[in-house]
Amino acid sequence: MAVEQNLLEVNNLKTGFRFGEEYHNAVDGVSLTLKKNEILAIVGESGCGKSTLATAIMGLHDPNNTKISGEILYKDLDLTDLNERLYNRIRGNDIGMIFQDPLGSLNPLMTIYNQIAEALIYHTDFDDKQIRARVLELLNQVGIPRPEQIMKAYPHELSGGMRQRIVIAIALANKPPIIIADEPTTALDVTIQAQILDLMRDIQAETGSGIILITHDLGVVAETADRVAVMYAGQIVEEAPVDVLFKDPKHPYTRSLLNSIPHELEEGEELHVIHGTVPSLQHLPRKGDRFRPRIPWIPDEAFDENPELTEIAPNHKVRGNSWKHFHFEGEEK
Amino acid sequence: MGFLEVKDLKVHYPVRGGVLNTIQDYVRAVDGVNLTIESGKTYGLVGESGSGKTTIGKTIIGLEKATSGKILYEGENVTNRARSRKKKYANYNKDVQMIFQDSTSSMNPKKRIIDVMGEPMHNYFDYTPDEIKRRVAELLDIVGMNPEAMYKYPHEFSGGQRQRIGVARAVASDPKLIIADEPTSALDLSVQAQVLNFMRRIQKEYNLSYLFISHDLGVVRHMSDNIAIMHKGRFVEKGPKETIYNDPQHIYTKRLLSAIPDMDPSTREEKKIERQRVEAEYDAQETEYYDPDGRVYDLQSYKGNHFVATKPEGSNSSLQNESINTGGEA
Amino acid sequence: MWKTIFRRLLLMIPQIIILSILIFIIAEFMPGDPFTGMIDPNIDPAQLDAMRERFGLNDPLPVKYIRWVGNALQGDFGRSFNYKTSVVNVIGDRLGNTVRLSLLSTVLTYMIGLPLGILSGRYNDSILDKSVIIYNFVSFAVPTFVLALLMVYIFGFNLGWFPSRGSIDVSAVTFWERTWSRMYHLILPSITTAVLGTVSIIQYLRTEIIDAKVSDYVKTARSKGVPINKVYTKHIFRNASLPIASGFGYTIVNLLTGSIFIEQIFSYSGMGKLFLDSINTRDYSVIFVLVLLYGILGLIGTLLSDLILMAVDPRIRID
Repeated sequence: MAVEQNLLEVNNLKTGFRFGEEYHNAVDGVSLTLKKNEILAIVGESGCGKSTLATAIMGLHDPNNTKISGEILYKDLDLTDLNERLYNRIRGNDIGMIFQDPLGSLNPLMTIYNQIAEALIYHTDFDDKQIRARVLELLNQVGIPRPEQIMKAYPHELSGGMRQRIVIAIALANKPPIIIADEPTTALDVTIQAQILDLMRDIQAETGSGIILITHDLGVVAETADRVAVMYAGQIVEEAPVDVLFKDPKHPYTRSLLNSIPHELEEGEELHVIHGTVPSLQHLPRKGDRFRPRIPWIPDEAFDENPELTEIAPNHKVRGNSWKHFHFEGEEK
Repeated sequence: MGFLEVKDLKVHYPVRGGVLNTIQDYVRAVDGVNLTIESGKTYGLVGESGSGKTTIGKTIIGLEKATSGKILYEGENVTNRARSRKKKYANYNKDVQMIFQDSTSSMNPKKRIIDVMGEPMHNYFDYTPDEIKRRVAELLDIVGMNPEAMYKYPHEFSGGQRQRIGVARAVASDPKLIIADEPTSALDLSVQAQVLNFMRRIQKEYNLSYLFISHDLGVVRHMSDNIAIMHKGRFVEKGPKETIYNDPQHIYTKRLLSAIPDMDPSTREEKKIERQRVEAEYDAQETEYYDPDGRVYDLQSYKGNHFVATKPEGSNSSLQNESINTGGEA
Repeated sequence: MWKTIFRRLLLMIPQIIILSILIFIIAEFMPGDPFTGMIDPNIDPAQLDAMRERFGLNDPLPVKYIRWVGNALQGDFGRSFNYKTSVVNVIGDRLGNTVRLSLLSTVLTYMIGLPLGILSGRYNDSILDKSVIIYNFVSFAVPTFVLALLMVYIFGFNLGWFPSRGSIDVSAVTFWERTWSRMYHLILPSITTAVLGTVSIIQYLRTEIIDAKVSDYVKTARSKGVPINKVYTKHIFRNASLPIASGFGYTIVNLLTGSIFIEQIFSYSGMGKLFLDSINTRDYSVIFVLVLLYGILGLIGTLLSDLILMAVDPRIRID
């Protein structure tokens, strides 16, 4: 196997939001790496910190109310140390970003052309002709029909799927080695979702970039990702290649989540429900196993004092040891 | 037999324009739809955004006006009468309730849960305040919530709790049919499971029917007995759940089904090839399934009660009124 | 778009007719007429009646209305009984003054309002923002006449920096003298108007900017690597100024209507003061034309606002 080069390395990243005088970490000690040519999915439910992680990597958090610690290493830079001016050279040029709501993420008053061209203006010394050529090339790449016409249109004149293609074209404009996609298909219909996911895979194969795909949808993960990190309460609880994660999930949270996917049931059978609710940021247990309150039938001795993410098999990491003792309620171990 | 029937329902909105602002054309949100809801069963209505599925639900409950067609409730014509105050329609109003994607946005934020849930009881039954309290506690218990919740305000609950309160409120008037419009679309997976479980439990307990409207084919499959697939305001295919999922006939149904992500990463490549094949087929066979104006053809019986909208063999064999054979013309 | 404008203009015709009939009827029911003030033991009531007859005041309403419309279409809007000249002349004299005052006031309003709104929106919750909010509260709460009187008292009367009344000095003869004198008289009333007029501009801009700052398209722009100052000028300000742009149609129309309070307090001879004086002297022919004019201007203002919004917001298309 060829030596896989790390594109991005996140070490012990913590992102604290201010509540009055105190800071509470929404991302609480996340470490991960992104390699060339791979799609890394970060999956979790709302409030698990996955979008905060994306915002932190892009450096788009509100500096007045957010505290960041840890490292985000790209090339020989630590992004957490960069000033705004230098960060602007990275954003859009080295890291492209795709957002959830394709209508909201385009400026309603600007033409498609201007919005794509804007991504080029600050990172290239292209003249108007070169910019125009590149915009056309991008529109073709993301499968926009009649690009010459669409270029002059405004966002509201396009369908949801088209708009998301435009957003992707913007992210791709400078051929960034890293793309972060935050719930890129959540607002789209299922047939459009399939098209957009195919497009993202095709682009990834074509450009060799690394993609961080943030989603709550396990179907999207199964369909698209190479590697998966599952997040719960600000931490990664399990990380594995995609086939391993779906075939042989270990962490109690991963297993519970997979079990609650709607499917056809036997008479009298019910969908699996995870006990309790996700604690709010201020009430998050900061000590011990964070998932412990959600699986009360597991005996106390199964949980670690300080669960760490450890490699249990090559490339398969699980937090803590509770998984060794886990079984579903009413089911024998 | 079904207790609620929708016959050839059409909901058209005028498009105005020109110098004198006259009606130029119509948006055909729902364009000739028939369905029958049986007691204790769930009827799943699937379609992408803009397909008209929500409009059907809203027209049944009276939030939209039918342009033509009939809604029969126990043989009585109740079309556009859902909000009538006449005694004749009181039963209908009580028996058909709705749950929305965000239940709390349909609740008065200044009212406590007990007031929100007590209102239908007050309207339809002669409960004393004590009885209302007892009943609200009972309903909250059914959806797995603490009786103390009744003294809180809607905004104090999480998304999943709100939807459960929405279900409990819909049940409060002791209805026969609940129209559920994307009830779990805004919820996380584990919370969705909880709400779906409660909905099924309540269904069994009260012999409820659901009209379950969703874009999520997995959820609809989980919940429904019968399914109709909608496209461009019309049904392209309808029938028992198994027949639709295992033996899809209409090209649009096939396209929709092939787009659902599979939970097995190992079949990814085959799925993609299959999806692209169906996509190509969809483009190639469009004229077989849509008339020259792009309108979906009328439903034809395929096998038993599995209906598919295909090009009629002869010109006079177009029948969309297949499943309706009850009398009761009102 | 031309179709829309045409249709809207067409629709204005019946609106104006109905408006004029309504005003005509109301004016008719007003107590008194231009000769009421002339009742005097020395004048024979029969003589007054004869004059009423001669001026057609005793004719039935529809006859008077049609006569008035017929004249109006020929540019004759009647004569002012108070000023003893045609209504067109009376209004024409005042219009220039009002336009000058309103124009300067409007320019000053935007010159104060836009930067304050932009700064307090961009740096919200800063000390600057808080000061702007206090200014807004005060300028919103203080009644026009209180501030106007205060200005007259301090800058006109006590300090004597500016003239406290009138629109021009009688001693100014040459063109340059007259122009300077006019400007000099404008300063105090226009500043007063501007200070009081900034509330809505600041408030709209501030909230729109604060909303736009956290919008997704701003996130997209920032993730393209667009420097923050450019994000403000190219994305946030344009979107935030939409509500103000749509209000601009009315602002243009307001240039012609003038301010009753300000003109009265500064004894500035413009449309507002004319309106008030005409009411006091029951000069119905003037009141009638003024109210009709305000009504028509209101209609034009609505149309202008819609057209401006159409021009700046591509989502709004009326065909």
